[in-house]
Amino acid sequence: MDFLLQPFHYEFFNRAIIVSILVGGTCGLLGVYIVLRGMSYIGHGMSHAVFGGAIGSYILGLNLYVGAAIWGILSALIITEINKRYKIKADAVIGVVTTAGFAIGIFLMNTTQSPVRNFEALLFGNILSVNDLDLVFITFVSIVTITFIFFFQKRLLFTILDTDTAQVYRVNTNRVDLLFSIVLAIVVIAAMNSIGVTLLAVAIIAPAISARLITNNFLNIMILSAVIGIISAFLGMYCSFYVDSPSGATIVLFATASFIIAIAYSHIKKSYHMHFHGDNRHSHPHSHIEEHRHEH
Amino acid sequence: MDEIKPSEIILTLKNVSFGYNYHLPVIDGITLYIPKGSFIGLLGPSGAGKSTLLKLIVGLYKPWDGIIKIKHFNNKKNKKSTIIGYSPQVESIEWDFPITVKEFVSLGLWNQSGFFPWINKTSSIEIDHLLHTLGMDGYGTRHIKELSGGEQKRIFLARALIHNPEILVLDEPTSGLDKSNRENFLQILSDLNMKGMTIIMTTHDIDGVAKKLPWIVCLNKNIISQGEPSSTLSDNILYRTYDLK
Repeated sequence: MDFLLQPFHYEFFNRAIIVSILVGGTCGLLGVYIVLRGMSYIGHGMSHAVFGGAIGSYILGLNLYVGAAIWGILSALIITEINKRYKIKADAVIGVVTTAGFAIGIFLMNTTQSPVRNFEALLFGNILSVNDLDLVFITFVSIVTITFIFFFQKRLLFTILDTDTAQVYRVNTNRVDLLFSIVLAIVVIAAMNSIGVTLLAVAIIAPAISARLITNNFLNIMILSAVIGIISAFLGMYCSFYVDSPSGATIVLFATASFIIAIAYSHIKKSYHMHFHGDNRHSHPHSHIEEHRHEH
Repeated sequence: MDEIKPSEIILTLKNVSFGYNYHLPVIDGITLYIPKGSFIGLLGPSGAGKSTLLKLIVGLYKPWDGIIKIKHFNNKKNKKSTIIGYSPQVESIEWDFPITVKEFVSLGLWNQSGFFPWINKTSSIEIDHLLHTLGMDGYGTRHIKELSGGEQKRIFLARALIHNPEILVLDEPTSGLDKSNRENFLQILSDLNMKGMTIIMTTHDIDGVAKKLPWIVCLNKNIISQGEPSSTLSDNILYRTYDLK
């Protein structure tokens, strides 16, 4: 038993596990809106964009979080503005703007020959690099995210489901999109040290698509996605202690496992789903040959 | 409609033009006065500008030229969102989206139902009552993907009606419906119109819908003709509306 509890004897681990749980839950919540919007690429893109800002600010001797935040918010602004003004699909704009941010980071790092400390941690996550500032920052970010989702829930849903009608009903859809991107950017920044920018997209998307496969109820999807995010983060961080693996990669592997389990569950549920034969309600495996008909 | 008093006009369109590409207007200099309490069908072929005209009316597009003016008869409700109820074509949304009928309809009340993410009690009662009126008792907790085509049209109508608008703007609300569902739907609209609601809808169905509406506007980039169906739906006007030789 003591062997299992061993990691919790270390202060750095307790700090890292709290940070990971908060990151996992927050990413899980935001992921639901990203998946429903069909903009899964934004998680991937935004995590790469802030990397450029983080490297740039490090080289300039600024606070890493400040630089990354400015970069992330600037990327969100540029994406929203280009998307609004020109007939270019959002995923294409996200691809160009955010990858350019990543490229600038790599360019700066190489041309200035700067030995960037914790460079690998930024890319792949490292529990040893999680410090008290991370803990304070992620707690703040989690509160901001939950508050944003709580008060913007109706506007977010309306914008995602039916943007045109939402505009007719006076939802400022551009502002909703922009605020969402800004919240996502700060979540990405808060998650950089524990998960790493290259792996973060999966931590955002996997819990949400897993939850989407399991239930059709919006509130349940939100809760389940956050829970899957938290469990994946906890198990990933916990295992990385024993295996001595990068925490980000291990968390992502657990998130991916949750997706595989969700696919299996969804498949079984489809075959076994409840159906009627007259008044007889039952479930058993069957294959559909036409809508609402099946072979026994 | 020939002798309309200006004070009765709820919607004015004066020389309105609009297009998606410059030099190619989809709406070309339309002037239309719609009195309060009208029930108007916009009839025309695909690409005639029917949906575009509706989008101009609800404010989704700004006209290149001309003026669109909406008169607020009810001073207490001076926000545009409470004046217009808009229902786009049902194909405009992803029906697999994980929300229930009640959650869907409640979106029409997003700015009137408090800050909290859930549906408050007053709104919930209003939605139940409206669903009952539209013959959808017990549908509130159903997932939207479980609905038939006719039921989808009704929840779009419910969302457009839930905030009690003065003008109802509906894009092809009866397309794809069978005869019985279509007539039932038209009856619901007729009942709303009898209670004073102004209704503007598009249709391409001459026999099943247009002939049953009180006023028809034949449209093909501009207004070809307007009037009661008996006088407007003549062969000559329909040939011109549908570009037939």
